[in-house]
Amino acid sequence: MSAIRTVVCVKPVPSPEYAHQAGMDPVTKTLVRQGIPTVINPLDKNALEAALQIREKQGGEVLVLSMAPPAAVENLREALAMGADGAYLLSDRAFAGSDTLATSMVLASAVKKLGAVDLVLTGNESADGGTAQVSAQLGEWLGWPHLMHACGIEPGEDGHIAVDTARDNCRVKYRVKLPAVISVVRNINSPRFISISGVIAAGKKPLVRWTGGDLPLDGDFLGLEGSPTKAGDIHRPDPARRCELLEGSPEEVAAAMIEKIKSAGIQW
Amino acid sequence: MDNRNDIWVVVESSSGAYRKVALELISRAAGLASRLMELRGTRFSVWAVITGTATVPGAEEMYRFGADGIMTACHPRLEEHRTDLHAAVLASLVEERGPEIVLFGATAWGSEVAPTVAARVKTGLAAHCVDLRINHRGLLVQLVPAFGGKVLGEILCPVRRPQMASVRPGVFRAEPLDREGSVETLVLQPVIPSGMDRIEVLEVQQRESSKVPLEEAGVVIAGGWGVGSRENWQLLEDLAGLLGGTVGCTRPALDEGWAGGEDTMIGVSGKTVRPKVYLGFGISGSTHHVVGMKDSGLVFSVNTNPEADIFSFSDLKVVADARAVASALIEGLKAAGYGAGRLASIGGGPGRDGSV
Ligand SMILES: Cc1cc2nc3c(=O)[nH]c(=O)nc-3n(C[C@H](O)[C@H](O)[C@H](O)COP(=O)(O)OP(=O)(O)OC[C@H]3O[C@@H](n4cnc5c(N)ncnc54)[C@H](O)[C@@H]3O)c2cc1C
Ligand SMILES: Nc1ncnc2c1ncn2[C@@H]1O[C@H](COP(=O)(O)O)[C@@H](O)[C@H]1O
Repeated sequence: MSAIRTVVCVKPVPSPEYAHQAGMDPVTKTLVRQGIPTVINPLDKNALEAALQIREKQGGEVLVLSMAPPAAVENLREALAMGADGAYLLSDRAFAGSDTLATSMVLASAVKKLGAVDLVLTGNESADGGTAQVSAQLGEWLGWPHLMHACGIEPGEDGHIAVDTARDNCRVKYRVKLPAVISVVRNINSPRFISISGVIAAGKKPLVRWTGGDLPLDGDFLGLEGSPTKAGDIHRPDPARRCELLEGSPEEVAAAMIEKIKSAGIQW
Repeated sequence: MDNRNDIWVVVESSSGAYRKVALELISRAAGLASRLMELRGTRFSVWAVITGTATVPGAEEMYRFGADGIMTACHPRLEEHRTDLHAAVLASLVEERGPEIVLFGATAWGSEVAPTVAARVKTGLAAHCVDLRINHRGLLVQLVPAFGGKVLGEILCPVRRPQMASVRPGVFRAEPLDREGSVETLVLQPVIPSGMDRIEVLEVQQRESSKVPLEEAGVVIAGGWGVGSRENWQLLEDLAGLLGGTVGCTRPALDEGWAGGEDTMIGVSGKTVRPKVYLGFGISGSTHHVVGMKDSGLVFSVNTNPEADIFSFSDLKVVADARAVASALIEGLKAAGYGAGRLASIGGGPGRDGSV
C-alpha cells in the first residue's frame, strides 16, 4: 500500500448562525453578506476528516483547496488547524460570478498545477449554493472517474480505493482506480475538533495564494462571462392562502385543530 | 442530425421499470413545447430518453402524458449503478442530436448523471428547479430559491445548448392528456467510449424501509428549529403516531440532530410533500422549505412570531409555543380516540411519487 496525496475542496459559506442577517439589496438585487462571517461548508469538513483518516492509515499528504475571496484565509487556517498539511487559495476578480462549470474548471486547473494528486475529496453539496454539481464536473474537467454520496472510503491495493455509496434505499460498493474525485455525505464520519496544538501548528504550514495567472485556465469558461448560466429576475413566491388565526389556550386551539383535521378526512 | 426542436426528458430505469418522476417531467415538457410552438411557429417534440440494459415495457404510456417519442439506448453495460456510463452515452446522444432542452429528475441517480452530462457537453445546468417556464424570447426560465431563501431567482442559459435542468420528484404533477395516437419509438445501440473501466460495482444492497415514505404520507408533521429540543421533537413523533402520519423537518432541525435523517428533510434540497394535512411547528417559512410543502392540502402552522413568513403559506395560524400546542394536541387527539388501534385510514396524499 502506498501513500495517498489527497486534495480536499473546501468552500466558505455564510455562517448559519447569521442567516437571519443576510438580506437582499432591493436595488442591486445582490445578496448583502457584509459583516457575515463564513464557515467551512459543513460537508467539506467531513471530506477533510476522511482525508485525514486516509493519511493516518496510509501515509501521504492532505492539501486543501478553495476558490474564494481573500478573506477565506481564515477558513483555510481552520482546515490547517484540523490537520491539513498545506492550503491553496484561488482568488482573482476574474473568478467572480462563476457558475458550477466555471468553478469546477478553476478547481481542476489548480489540481493539474499541483500535479501528482491521487484523490480529490469534496462535500456532496454546499450549504449555500446547494447545487451538488461541482464535484462531478471537477471529475469531468480532470477526466477522472468520480462518484457522489460516499459514506465510506477504504484505501485498497494497487492504486484502487473502495467506495461505499448510499443513495435512497440503496447501498452500492464500488472499486475505483485512482486518481478519482469522490464527494462525501454527512454520515461518513464526525469531523474532529480543533486542538490548541493544531492551531499553533497551523501557523507554520504553507498557505499559498494563486491568482488566475498562476493557473492553466480554460479562458472560454472563466468567471461570469464564461459561465453558461446567468441569473435573471427575482420573484417573490405568491402566498395563496387565507391564514385564519386560531386563538385561545393551547387546549382550545388543539380542539379547533382536531375539528379541522377531522373535516380534512383524517380519521382515527 | 440536428433536433433543435426537441425537448428531452431523461428517464431513470432499473430492472425493467422506470421512475415515475419521468411522467411529471414529461407533463411539464409538453407544456413547454406548446409554448415554444406558439412563440416560434414550429413544431416541438417531447422525447423520453431511456438508457439501460433493455427497453422498458409499458413505457408507451408516456405518450398519454405528452411524450411524442421514446428513444432507448440499450447496452449490456448500462446497468443502473454505472452512472458514469449512462452520462457518457447521454452526452454523446446530446452532441449527436442537439436537443434544445434536456430535463432530469433530481433523484440520487439524476443528480449524479445531470452535472456529468452538462460538463461533458459544456453547457449550463440549473439544479433542483422548483418551476420551469418559457420566456418571451423563447428561453427556458429555471426558478430556484435565491438570496438565502427569501425569493425565487431565475436561471437562464442564453447561449450554450442544450438548456438543462434537474427537478425533484413531486415538484410537477403527472397529468394525462386527452390525445389519440401512438408514440414514436427509436432503439439505439450506443457505443460506450473507451477508457471507462476505472469504476467497478462490487456489491449492491437494497434496503427496505418500513415507514410510510414522507412523500406518500397523508399527514405530515413538520418541525423546525423552533421546536427547541430533542425532548420536544418526541412530541412530533407522538403526533405522527396518533395521526398515522410521518415526521419531516427543516434543515436546522436536521443539523441539530433531532430529526430522523436526511431523507426526512422537506424542501429544495429534500422532499416535496403534498399531504392532505401538513402541521408545521417552529418553522419560519424560508423559500427553501416552502417550495417543498406549498401544495399540501390543509396547512397548519404554529410559531411564536406572529409575523413569521410561513403564515402566508398556511390556512390556519397559531401564534404560540410549539411544545404547548403539540402537547395539548396529543391529549386532545387521544381523548378524541385517535391512535387507538389505528392504521385504517393512512391514505396516500394526492401527489405521491410512487417511484418505480
Ligand atoms: C442551498 C440551500 C438549500 C436549502 N435547502 C433546504 C431544504 O431543503 N429544506 C429546509 O427546510 N431548509 C433548507 N435550507 C435552509 C433554509 O434556508 C432555512 O434556513 C430553513 O428552512 C429554516 O428552518 P427553520 O424554519 O426550522 O428555522 P428558523 O428559520 O431558525 O426558524 C425557526 C422558527 O421557529 C420559531 N420559534 C422559535 N421558538 C419557537 C417556539 N418555542 N415555538 C414555536 N415557534 C418557535 C421562530 O419564530 C422561527 O420562525 C436550505 C438553505 C440553502 C442555502
Ligand atoms: N468555490 C469552491 N472552492 C472549493 N471547493 C468548492 C467550491 N465550490 C464548491 N466546492 C466543492 O464542491 C462541493 C459541492 O458544491 P456545490 O456543487 O456548490 O453544491 C462542495 O462541498 C465543495 O467541496
